[in-house]
Amino acid sequence: METSAAARVQPSPRETLDSVVLRFAGDSGDGMQLTGSQFTTATADAGNDLATFPDFPAEIRAPAGTTYGVSGYQIHFAAHDVKTPGDAPDVLVAMNPAALKVNREALKPGGLLVVNTGAFTPSNLKKAGYETNPLEDDSLDPFRVLAVDVTKMTLEAVKGVGLGSKDAHRCKNMWTLGLMYWLFGRERDQTVAWLGNKFAKSPKVAEANIAALNAGHIYGENAELPHGINAYQVPSASLPPGEYRNISGNEATAWGLVAGARLAGLNMMYGSYPITPASNLLHHLSRLKHFGVTTFQAEDEIAAVAAAVGASFGGSIGVTGTSGPGVALKSEAIGLAIAAELPLVVVDVQRGGPSTGLPTKTEQSDLFQAVWGRNGDAPLAVLAAATPGDCFYMAIEAVRIAVQYMTPVMLLTDGYIANSAEPWPLPDLDSLQPFPVKHYDDPEDFHPFLRNEHTRARVWAIPGTPGLEHRIGGLEKDRKTGHISYDPTNHHRMTQFREEKIAGIARGLESAKVDQGEDQGDMLVVGWGSTYGSISQAVRELREGGHQVSHLHLRNIWPLPRGTGELLRSFNSVLVPELNNGQLVKLLRAEYLVDAESLTRVTGKPFQIQALVRAVEERLQRNGK
Amino acid sequence: MSANPPKKEYTRKDFASDQEVRWCPGCGDYAILAAVQRTLPSLGSTPENTVFISGIGCSSRFPYYMNTYGFHTIHGRAPAIASGLKLANPDLDVWVITGDGDGLSIGGNHLLHVLRRNVDLQIMLFNNQIYGLTKGQYSPTSQVGKVTPSSPLGSIDQPIVPARFALGARATFVARAFDTSKKLPAALSAAREHKGAAFIEILQNCPVFNDGVFDRITDRKTGPAYQLWLEHGKPMKFGANGEKGLRLNPETLSLEVVTIGEGDVTEQDIVVHDEANLSLAWMLTDLPEVVALGVLYRQPGPVYDESVKRQRELAEERFGEPDLHALLRQGHTWTVS
Repeated sequence: METSAAARVQPSPRETLDSVVLRFAGDSGDGMQLTGSQFTTATADAGNDLATFPDFPAEIRAPAGTTYGVSGYQIHFAAHDVKTPGDAPDVLVAMNPAALKVNREALKPGGLLVVNTGAFTPSNLKKAGYETNPLEDDSLDPFRVLAVDVTKMTLEAVKGVGLGSKDAHRCKNMWTLGLMYWLFGRERDQTVAWLGNKFAKSPKVAEANIAALNAGHIYGENAELPHGINAYQVPSASLPPGEYRNISGNEATAWGLVAGARLAGLNMMYGSYPITPASNLLHHLSRLKHFGVTTFQAEDEIAAVAAAVGASFGGSIGVTGTSGPGVALKSEAIGLAIAAELPLVVVDVQRGGPSTGLPTKTEQSDLFQAVWGRNGDAPLAVLAAATPGDCFYMAIEAVRIAVQYMTPVMLLTDGYIANSAEPWPLPDLDSLQPFPVKHYDDPEDFHPFLRNEHTRARVWAIPGTPGLEHRIGGLEKDRKTGHISYDPTNHHRMTQFREEKIAGIARGLESAKVDQGEDQGDMLVVGWGSTYGSISQAVRELREGGHQVSHLHLRNIWPLPRGTGELLRSFNSVLVPELNNGQLVKLLRAEYLVDAESLTRVTGKPFQIQALVRAVEERLQRNGK
Repeated sequence: MSANPPKKEYTRKDFASDQEVRWCPGCGDYAILAAVQRTLPSLGSTPENTVFISGIGCSSRFPYYMNTYGFHTIHGRAPAIASGLKLANPDLDVWVITGDGDGLSIGGNHLLHVLRRNVDLQIMLFNNQIYGLTKGQYSPTSQVGKVTPSSPLGSIDQPIVPARFALGARATFVARAFDTSKKLPAALSAAREHKGAAFIEILQNCPVFNDGVFDRITDRKTGPAYQLWLEHGKPMKFGANGEKGLRLNPETLSLEVVTIGEGDVTEQDIVVHDEANLSLAWMLTDLPEVVALGVLYRQPGPVYDESVKRQRELAEERFGEPDLHALLRQGHTWTVS
């Protein structure tokens, strides 16, 4: 990457890269999430495939300059198919010493480090725990460093607008974004329009931010960049043709729930209590009242689910969304919906646990809670979305199963897919199969436990229907009349029945099918939920390396798809990578008596592809393959 | 097309289910059940549009005995479940049945919020000052010193005054009656007529674990001396011959019991009941000597389920027909060709 003086006079030819992992890191007040999402939109416009990973602290505004206040946003974009936000960044933008401290280890050797020297003050260095200034010693030698006083340049750029010092300082992120736009050949128009819109009520702020954005870009055009630093281009990826948008998992879940309710022909009642990382499901849905959606911000998690159960009793589809601690509180009411056989969708956007755990970090540790976490034998259906876009389809599926089988359904997503974005080919709405619900209205020989002979679902008879007055509840009911029953044989049969009814859902599902590879071989890697991208990419690399490895990704956790056991037994070994301490693996071992091995990681972050590749290779070697 | 069939006249029997009532003999719940079954037909209620939602406890078995829609739910959560039902279908007439333990202990939070939101429900709180179904432990309304299996030396908990709790939660309707009272149906009717959350505390005798705790008030012979039946716009008089009344003591800003004709007390000194007066209602919740019964407070306010409906209509007006296709394209999209 030699840059001659001559080349600089001419517009410098851009170096072509196949893929880039870029991480913005700064103080939680530095606007890194906005910067990242703007870069994402511009990158999608440039035709790259991409995946993102926002990583922010639980503190809303931790003391400025501290390491625990560092917020990050990573984006992986490429000229080819992208499935994960990438392992180690190629480019790190560090807005202050704390951001450098937290992220330095992640940056690839030889990677490009962009630092705001203006923030490397003695006090910030001290807050970040630096004894000497890393810009002045040799600790950054492994990297290509672009040290710019972003603070000074930004203040210079916005000087003419006449903002207060605080607002002027806040434009630093746009200056940096401008520089990154130049570095990777991105268009600014979209961000300019967005800023104009966002600050429509304070035109000066908009003007200053746009000035900073442009100044950062101009800096890139004109500055003599240090040796080894160039401008780049990443050619567009050959995505399947169609209309695309960027989508995050929570958006997709909200829209999927709406789509599901419409396919069922029902109104939706969404009861929720704010909780990270599920709160914006409530935000999204509260703006969709004209879609027949009622949102209810309840007094607590219990009231949220209880209101949803009440709404389902009334003939709407009751939905509640939360995270792990909220599910714990909702368990009793979910059990009531199981006993009363009412439809209910519970979205669990999982986060690190136990207890309050790691609210803003991702984890897959609620699988046991979802499948078994209630008093009594209390089965329900459990689904897991694999990607942000998949949340849309799985939310529809959750509504379908809930209304067709008169059962609660738990949809598991997690903090990672809830917040990260990916380009999403917009679905063909006409291809979605409607599943209209008809509430029961025939008084002839009615009792509330009349059942559909195929699904075994009880009839959904709702208050307001003449002649069908009946009582339901959490006490055990006689299987033939629906009246209270303490009869031992009846309870035994009802317990078995509830189990069989849920197991029977599998009959209406596609059989287990590998996502990649053959139906037999040396190793089957079994994943579920948000690890899809990492496992898929790792298995692709392993297969390219000649290994007989396949990937099975489970979206139906309970009941498991038919044929899962046969598939597991067709491989010499089974590895189950999970972001928990080994949950799906125990379920598979218990269900199928296979010697599945666990691979766990609970760091609050997704799996790294290379770690998965190494783990599989080690095991194959050990097995003599 | 034929004309609408004549509206069916319902009777008490139409509201009684075929289930055998299983409360203990002599339980006050029987009288309350009878009062409800008797009152509903007179209010123009229909079994299909009436729903009883209960939590857990003796009183919460109530829905099983009503030939209406019913949901016997989980401990303390009936107000939340009823709120969800009301949001799904605001046209239903929804009654919440709860007790002092269900509504004020485990479900205190939900009771607080359903009252504050003013969801259009009738909430009947059966207060027997004891946990019956778990065999006699003290409840949040038990008097200090109450000896029970879990308080062998007497309860040391300060009791809640349910009507005071309701007013504190900004209830728009607060009434009080007792199980065997002939005036209970009138209180139920008033509650039903009120738009919003109507809270009725019903003093109820538990003959097994707390027998006679309200005898002083409810006894046919001695009771009237301790019952102050409130009537809007009427002086607050009580006693066997209406000789006693409540006078405002301007120095302590509290109500005191006086006897008309004694000293300088005249009829004019007796405070006239005003259902819309919150300060007065507050004082009436906990009086010396006498128990205020009937409607303590009634002041209509915005009804939650109506406001929810209005916001939905507003959204429909503003955004028009729901269009999923357009929703998915909201914001920035691009085409790959």
